[in-house]
Amino acid sequence: MSTPAHEALDRHATPWLFATALATTAPHFMHQPLWLSAVAGAMLLWAVWQWWKDVRLPGRWLLFLLVVGGSAGILGEFRTLFGRDAGVAMLVMFMNMKLLELKSRRDAMVVVTLGYFLLLTHYLYSQSIPTGIWLLAAMWLVTATLIRLHGGPSSRPRETLRYAGVLCLQAIPFMLVLFLLFPRIPGPLWGLPSDAFTGKTGLSDTMTPGSIAQLVQNGDIAFRVRFDGPLPPRQKLYWRGPVMEQFDGTTWHLYKGRQPTAQLESLSPPIGYETTLEAHNERWLLALDAPVALPAESLLNGTLTAISRNPINERKRFRLSASLDYRLNTSEDPAVLRRNLALPASGNPQTRALAAQWQAGNRPEAVIAKALALFNAEFTYTLQPPLLGQHGIDDFLFRSKRGFCEHYAAAFVTLMRGAGIPARVVGGYQGGEFNPLDQYLVVRQSDAHAWAEVWLAGMGWVRVDPTAAVSPSRIETGIANALAFGEPLPMLIQMRADWIRTLRYRWEAINNAWNQNILGYDPQRQRELLARLGLPDTDWRSLAIALGSACGLLVAGLMGWALYKRPEGDPVVRLWHKALRHLARRKVDCSPWETPLDLARRVREQRPELAEAFQRVVDAYLVARYGNTDQHLKTLRDAIAQLR
Amino acid sequence: MLKSTLSGLTGRPRAFDGVLEQAGRIILGKEHEIRLAIACLLANGHLLIEDLPGMGKTTLAHTLARLLGLQFSRIQFTSDLLPADITGVSVFERERSDFRFLPGPVFAQLVLADEINRATPKTQSALLEAMEEGQVTAEGQTRMLPTPFFVIATQNPAHQIGTFPLPESQLDRFLMRLELGYPDRTAERALLAAGGQRRRVEELTPLLTPDDLPALQQEASTIHAAGPLIDYVQALIEATRQNPAFLHGLSPRAGLALLAAARAWAWLAGRDMVLPDDVQAVLPAVARHRLRSAQGGGYALAEDIAALIRSVAIP
Repeated sequence: MSTPAHEALDRHATPWLFATALATTAPHFMHQPLWLSAVAGAMLLWAVWQWWKDVRLPGRWLLFLLVVGGSAGILGEFRTLFGRDAGVAMLVMFMNMKLLELKSRRDAMVVVTLGYFLLLTHYLYSQSIPTGIWLLAAMWLVTATLIRLHGGPSSRPRETLRYAGVLCLQAIPFMLVLFLLFPRIPGPLWGLPSDAFTGKTGLSDTMTPGSIAQLVQNGDIAFRVRFDGPLPPRQKLYWRGPVMEQFDGTTWHLYKGRQPTAQLESLSPPIGYETTLEAHNERWLLALDAPVALPAESLLNGTLTAISRNPINERKRFRLSASLDYRLNTSEDPAVLRRNLALPASGNPQTRALAAQWQAGNRPEAVIAKALALFNAEFTYTLQPPLLGQHGIDDFLFRSKRGFCEHYAAAFVTLMRGAGIPARVVGGYQGGEFNPLDQYLVVRQSDAHAWAEVWLAGMGWVRVDPTAAVSPSRIETGIANALAFGEPLPMLIQMRADWIRTLRYRWEAINNAWNQNILGYDPQRQRELLARLGLPDTDWRSLAIALGSACGLLVAGLMGWALYKRPEGDPVVRLWHKALRHLARRKVDCSPWETPLDLARRVREQRPELAEAFQRVVDAYLVARYGNTDQHLKTLRDAIAQLR
Repeated sequence: MLKSTLSGLTGRPRAFDGVLEQAGRIILGKEHEIRLAIACLLANGHLLIEDLPGMGKTTLAHTLARLLGLQFSRIQFTSDLLPADITGVSVFERERSDFRFLPGPVFAQLVLADEINRATPKTQSALLEAMEEGQVTAEGQTRMLPTPFFVIATQNPAHQIGTFPLPESQLDRFLMRLELGYPDRTAERALLAAGGQRRRVEELTPLLTPDDLPALQQEASTIHAAGPLIDYVQALIEATRQNPAFLHGLSPRAGLALLAAARAWAWLAGRDMVLPDDVQAVLPAVARHRLRSAQGGGYALAEDIAALIRSVAIP
């Protein structure tokens, strides 16, 4: 173990370093610019080729140029050398460049250290179970490389890997203790760099024809819900997002001004539930209509949307409760009503005409019924509507008659406003998929939905879902059953075979358990756990003490175990058994009563090619074990090392 | 012999190589038995050779005496042999008006007790006392026997008519018991071609002096027996006590004998430490006559000893 750092590198150890570089950089391929992966791969291949041919390594100037070129490329791509993406790109680049100057053991140690560091960077992108498994395996490999560089117990890969595996297994208790007891930082531990929150999908605060249809093609999970009681009926599961009151002819917008406070009157007992929201970089909590109790750091705005103080940029868990039947703002502010009657000054003349015709001599309820009857009679529910022209709603209502929920919601609200009924578009999610294995309701991006709300005197804001009139099954059974086969839905949602669904339920239940218990282990959960262990009201000091004592106990336990095991572990015998295992792999088995000399004789007969090397082992073993000296351990070890 | 750096490790003068080689030329095809016999003498133990008449027992004893330069005497045991015929008698000398002790044939460095089981138990015990004590008590006076002092006794198998088999307690006095057995084909052919070997014994020249032997014995007794090896000997002895093939197990004295024989065997191989191989090599010769087979009550069978070795793991 005292090999000097500048000692030349063992040629046979180099492939380990290639493997380390590959295992720790390859997964970054998925979220890096292609040119960077190509350059890094080329460096690796170049290094492997040089090793294979035993060619001289590139000179200092060439390496210098490579470093400057690589850094310039990263600077050009990311406009910075810092932050998550640029920083990781630098690490990946330099890891593979380092392979081009593997001269001494010190260079190899740099690769190993970089390898360990690169392991961490993967958590900045993904904390899923497959990532965890991959990184554990990669850590095993990097540790094996480290052992191999220090000579290790033997130069054979299997022994090295076994040794590294034992080391990693021994680290597991410490990992668990640190995980459970290390003081938790509230907030996103793995999302520290500022550019970490880009590229999250979810509802947006505007709606154009086709925007939700596009979102629905994404199978990602939006949030998971567990109800305290039984699952409410599907057709009541409306998860409210942004409420869009302003229309410019094609796009629906949020009203950004001040809203009067919502006056909510609940008509049914509240239903408690816990929701685990995936990051979507917006502030709404997607609460079930109508929210009656909200978590801390959040509020209910005037349009009944539950809003968090900060954008949801990491997975978060909240407790909420909802009243499924309610009355909202029966006495509405006239300014709000005016806003919800406004239509663009021009456009969609046919729609306006139809609305005006309906308005004459009809009560609002009758107008609504006429509109729904219209949708029900002639319209088709599809993800692939034809393109609409300048008068989008006219085109939709009188010509194409094919559309997705946003078309129906937009057309319905336009008709209502034209007929003098205050109306607005509500974005959110509808329904969800109940996983019977872990009793969670999973709501995906494909459950995204848009519906309408109209204001009726004496009743306040009433939800009207025009999609239900076109395609009742969308609301009652979910989107997969509502659309014809062949619509561009996510594959996962379309799979209707039972075994695939069961498999998917299982995988999602495992993932959910992982999210809830591992990734969702926050300061709150830590306090709960410690309280259950009899350590209530922990501050960081008592946590540090608990951590220190747990680690101390572990170390003491392991040492005690090692000391207890020691009498059996005569190194001479261990080495001899190693040699015997080596023989056994070559089909020469030793009986326990067979003397080493007899065994050597038999090896001479059965495996003459091994005889000489094994005779040296036997001689060294006999002297070490039965001789009058204890200084022959090294001779024995060397002799065994030559058994190949 | 195996090519191993272990043999000849110590660079010890191979004093016994010549003895082994010369004896091998007289008693053909019995290298292992010759080596055992020499190991027995090196370990300062007595030897019992047991076989049918005419297998070369006497020749072996004679050859060893000759080569080791030992003063040799031979006692042919018969059923009318008396103890005094072995130990000696006092005769009255008229000139000195006194008794003079005439030492018997036992007063020699190597005594060949031929067909010891033909004599009566009383006579046998006179010899056995001399073997044990290294001295002879006759007519109230104790006389020391010469050193070194070896007895090589031969015996015909007990099923022959008119014999008195040695009791167990006396068998224990012999460090080893050998059977020579029939020579193999080539050895027998060479024997027939060369004619009787016994007269050639007289032509042998001693390779050692009687003074050399005690020093060599001393050297052999200091061969290193490591802890694991003593564990092995102990395990073997314990196994004889557990093994249902034997009526009883080996005594602690037998354990010491086994270790001493193994040391001598290791010394003969030129090693300065005892290996499990040495123990295994001498075990049948040391143990068989000390054990009783559960089948028939005779000596332990060679197969049982081999099975015993196979039942004990080498530590």
